[in-house]
Amino acid sequence: MAVEIRDIHKTFRIPRHRITSFKERAAHPFGRIEYRDLKTLRGISLDVHKGEFFGIVGRNGSGKSTLLKIMASIYAADAGTIRIAGRLAPFIELGVGFDPELAARDNIILNGVMMGLGRHEAERRFDAIMDFAELRDFEDLKLKNYSSGMTVRLAFAVMVQADADVLLIDEVLAVGDASFQQKCTDTFYAMRNAGKTIVLVTHDMGAVQRYCDRAMLIHDGVSTFMGDPEEVGRRYLQLNFSKDSGAIAAPDVHARIVDAWLEDRGGERQKNIGGREPIRVKTVIEARERLENVVVGYHLYDVRGIHVLGFNYSPRETGDGAPEVLEEGQRLRVNVELENQLAAGHYFLKCWVSRDRQPGDLTVQVFDLLDFIVYDVEPIAGLFEVKPVMSSEALP
Amino acid sequence: MKTTTAAGLEDADPPRPVTRAERPPAVADELREVKGPSAFGGGRRRFFELLLLMAMTDFRKTFFGTVLGYAWSLLRPLLTFAVLLVVFTRIVRIGSQIPNYPMFLLFNIVFFGFFQEGTTTATTAVVARESIVRKTQFPRLVIPLAAVLTGLLNLGTNLVAVLAFFFFFGVGPYWTWLLFPVLLGLMLILTAAVATLLSALYVRRRDVAIIWGVLSLALFYGSAVLFPIDLVPPGLLRDVMLINPLVLIMIQAHQWIIDPGAQSAVAVAGGWVNLIPAALVFVGVCLWSIRFFNREAPRVAEEL
Repeated sequence: MAVEIRDIHKTFRIPRHRITSFKERAAHPFGRIEYRDLKTLRGISLDVHKGEFFGIVGRNGSGKSTLLKIMASIYAADAGTIRIAGRLAPFIELGVGFDPELAARDNIILNGVMMGLGRHEAERRFDAIMDFAELRDFEDLKLKNYSSGMTVRLAFAVMVQADADVLLIDEVLAVGDASFQQKCTDTFYAMRNAGKTIVLVTHDMGAVQRYCDRAMLIHDGVSTFMGDPEEVGRRYLQLNFSKDSGAIAAPDVHARIVDAWLEDRGGERQKNIGGREPIRVKTVIEARERLENVVVGYHLYDVRGIHVLGFNYSPRETGDGAPEVLEEGQRLRVNVELENQLAAGHYFLKCWVSRDRQPGDLTVQVFDLLDFIVYDVEPIAGLFEVKPVMSSEALP
Repeated sequence: MKTTTAAGLEDADPPRPVTRAERPPAVADELREVKGPSAFGGGRRRFFELLLLMAMTDFRKTFFGTVLGYAWSLLRPLLTFAVLLVVFTRIVRIGSQIPNYPMFLLFNIVFFGFFQEGTTTATTAVVARESIVRKTQFPRLVIPLAAVLTGLLNLGTNLVAVLAFFFFFGVGPYWTWLLFPVLLGLMLILTAAVATLLSALYVRRRDVAIIWGVLSLALFYGSAVLFPIDLVPPGLLRDVMLINPLVLIMIQAHQWIIDPGAQSAVAVAGGWVNLIPAALVFVGVCLWSIRFFNREAPRVAEEL
């Protein structure tokens, strides 16, 4: 066992009006502060085995990051115990404590010590870190002159070399360019193979299903399911799109997905789709406020997170008579039929809805819509099947 | 050293699939309870390493950032010194009756400046290091203490310049200079205590910085920095001043460092017994500080 969590409770007391100065305190000497209790975690228990890659999944505000911060000794739990074997390093954000005024060496040592390395140990690993980050030529440059990509690479390299027994990672995977992402992927597998215990908090189902041995779904501060990552992913999507789930807690919630499903040729709802069979997706969107010039977009990703294709639909541009303006509460069903030339595999469909309030005030809201499997296809070279026009002729 | 040290990551070989059976044996198997964030947590060694590292990086940043770093760091105390010297020897003229008044003034400004600098930078330090506090395991007490330690390093470099002035103006050396560490130790403890207290208070009440700005200025004028205590007539005012431990430290510094003919703190107070109030204030501030910080530390990340 590497991590043992027993019955953790955490409630945040949020003052309705926060007094932040002595002046205010003096101005309202008898003003009582009213609090609102936010029960973030309500009795979470969890075991992570040694060498396991464990995912914690949940919607925004479900308590998953709070749990991670309690494990990392950043927040104090109200009740319950956590026991951890070996050294733990949290990665809530890459490059914590990086100082832009300092060169790479000083930052690495500072960051390394924060991640739990000894000072000499951090110095000893400096070369390995610079090599891993591929930043050898820039070691004397101050960090403020680094590009953001270089900074991230450096931070990631420190994390890899910090060599903790238990790593807590909070959605830091989605950084860097494609080749760096690949390196991250390789690194996670390598860490896993080296027997490290990794706890990953994310709402990227692709990542959970790719890396994790087991996962936990957390909802409203309670663990609702623990086990197979595929099942966790399925339940997570269900949770997001079940009828009474309301909207995803995004700061600007102007639309919600009422329903979304996949249909076969006969109009029957299907979970997965056969090869070559057209992909029909129906999406019912409800406006939560008046939406002008609605545009709905779709993006398809494969299980590796590769963006396979994308397309948009806008009633205004299509001119098909569908309403361009949705009043509050009005619903719109978007019908998509897509020729299916995809290779077999697991696909994730995301959808976004944009609203145009005033010129220039455009907001896009993204939903994880569906995931489905394309089955029964003879092997294809690449992601797609294409039908090229080809011919040949003999040359003299 | 463990054999598992991410060695596979360092060389350029592509990752080789490893089966579960091949995985190296467990290293640290014993489960230990996580106690949550605190003022000290995380082991003594890590505490001191972080403290030293943070203080040194801040110190070096002010120092080696510019070619004239050292000159810059001296500029502030020297300018203050120059202005006050003109005021107190040409206009108010209290300085002319006091032996070695310029050196008395210079030393006091530099020495008291450590208290002011340490407490002022520490006040906002926890909030300024917000990202560290909210995103990583970190013994909270390191933050205000690192600010004080940076101040101590600055004091060290400033004192080198002060020493040069001493030789130039023919002050000392006296054997009592060897007792300076006693004064420095007391000053350091008091500065650290006040700094720690303020840094925790500032998290809750942001006007602490403004209030402390005024208070520390009041202390500067009221702590026998600009004038020897003899100029304060015996009576209520002097008795009140003698409750302040800073005043006693400055009085003793006058005798030990500048002028062996000056009165000692015990003599000024009129006996050891009269030092008790200041000693109680000293201990009280230290205890209050550590208790308050300890109580606040676990919640600091949430309050930010």
